[in-house]
Amino acid sequence: MLDITHETPLPHEAGDAALAIRARGLVRRFGNLTAVDGIDLDVPQGMIFAILGPNGAGKTTLMRMLATLTRPDDGSAEVMGHDLRTAPDAVREVIAMTGQFASLDEDLTGRENLVFLARLWGFGTRAARRRADDLLSAFELADARHRQVKDYSGGMRRRLDIAASLVVTPGVLFLDEPTTGLDPTARLRVWRMIRQLAQSGVTVLLTTQYLEEADQLAQRIAVIDHGRKIAEGTSRELKAATGSGFLHVALTDPAGLDRAAALLAEHLGAPVQRSPEGARLSVMAQTPEAANAALAALLAAGIALEDFAMGVPSLEEVFFALTGGAGRPPEEAA
Amino acid sequence: MTEITPATLQHTSRPPRPSALSNALTFGWRAMLKFRHVPEQLFDLVMTPIMFTLLFTFVFGGALAGSTRDYLQFFLPGILVQTVAFNAVYSGMGLSTDLGKGLFDRFRSLPIWPLAPFAGLIVGDLLRHLIASAIILGIGLGLGYRPEAGLPGIAAAVLLLLVIGFGIGWVFIVLGLMIRTPSTVMTLGFTVLFPVVFASNIMVQPETMPDWLRAFVEVNPISLMTTAMRGLMADTATVSQIGLALLGPILLTAALAPVSLWLYRRN
Repeated sequence: MLDITHETPLPHEAGDAALAIRARGLVRRFGNLTAVDGIDLDVPQGMIFAILGPNGAGKTTLMRMLATLTRPDDGSAEVMGHDLRTAPDAVREVIAMTGQFASLDEDLTGRENLVFLARLWGFGTRAARRRADDLLSAFELADARHRQVKDYSGGMRRRLDIAASLVVTPGVLFLDEPTTGLDPTARLRVWRMIRQLAQSGVTVLLTTQYLEEADQLAQRIAVIDHGRKIAEGTSRELKAATGSGFLHVALTDPAGLDRAAALLAEHLGAPVQRSPEGARLSVMAQTPEAANAALAALLAAGIALEDFAMGVPSLEEVFFALTGGAGRPPEEAA
Repeated sequence: MTEITPATLQHTSRPPRPSALSNALTFGWRAMLKFRHVPEQLFDLVMTPIMFTLLFTFVFGGALAGSTRDYLQFFLPGILVQTVAFNAVYSGMGLSTDLGKGLFDRFRSLPIWPLAPFAGLIVGDLLRHLIASAIILGIGLGLGYRPEAGLPGIAAAVLLLLVIGFGIGWVFIVLGLMIRTPSTVMTLGFTVLFPVVFASNIMVQPETMPDWLRAFVEVNPISLMTTAMRGLMADTATVSQIGLALLGPILLTAALAPVSLWLYRRN
């Protein structure tokens, strides 16, 4: 694993008192598949923390374990100081989870869904209605409160689903892919609400496969692949850790792609990413000198370049550099 | 676009933990709301039994019992048992649908009485059973069915029916928890139920059946339930008949309630 954490000591390192989540060696297997393979996680209170990874990386399983929905096969974790194994009910008191699939009753209206949950938490009838109405206005759903959820748009469902997690203010809010399937406007709205939540002191742990989402929202990001944490840090740290930059080259003749990729990999010692649509290659370069040498090698081998550029890596490139290159077929979500 | 007013996101702490009963009633309230929002579900519920009652009475009644009237007198208590059994399949489908949508994940991550969601399902089931049996009794009385035991007999029979529905309900709660596709729950449910319901004494007395089948029909829990229902409505029920009818629901509940809880809690 890429060790970036030490570069910026976190305030909690003095003591674990300020940790919302503290996980050690969490493991979960499904038959032969090890979905989560020994993950440590420290999430300070009041932070938006993103778990980034491709489909099937183990993000959802990790989150479900922390939300008491899936029992870990090994390892331990504390959520707001409560042990996951010995005090799951105490954990349930301080968390809320909005899963990937809307956890709402489609047949009921938006308001009835919230009143129902508020009643389960122990609010009286009148207090439950008041709480539901407050949440509906906060999430811009007041106009739709008497409509059945099955008639809501994707963005409205997501907002109601998040509102449903806030009937009682949780210590930790788990959001599993909060904006998957939303259009850009709806996504921005959900982001804004997540930020405001964090400002009000709620710790937010979210999973995402969108690098932009992690970049925009999260103060810290853990990158997960094949059930293991392969890097953790702020988005800037993750970018910095992959080297000074990325060398992008475009070939005049796509036929030389394999040869060019081999040469770049040899000279820069890093996995080469191919853009699927054209004769473009990207590779991490530790220094501009190394990039220069690699370019010279391409020219010496008679590979004509249409264009080349050095750039700061995007989080996407960071991700591919960390997970071992592009072209890995996307896996089905676990 | 209005901003979230900070006041609404101010810390809201949880009220005192509600009782298990309050949790169960809240789930029951949800089941009632569903009747209001999805009245179509009553259609599924009552069409099959109405069809069966009318078809069997008028098509087979004369041939089987000499007259449609006599057949109805024999058949009606049994069709109530059949209705309750078939209703349970729809309940299992509903559970499977809820699970597929992630709704139960939310319930499971709430600090509530773990059995409350099932209590809600059961409340919904019992309501369905009551509505369906009221409709069938209404039709039966309209067509000339006359219970010798009168109103108390009917009340006792309906009570027994609810217990039967409660017991059979567990089978489909378990299936609903195990099978993630609602239509599979239905197919599987009816595949199991059809032979059990038809190879019983609901439609005909087993005297003319081959020995091996008659042996099964006589111990089929559905037959035992039907015999007790007939007895209660005709005022001829014996304690042992009722005891035998209750055996099925009691055993099902004792065996399957813990299984349901385990299935619900795992993962």
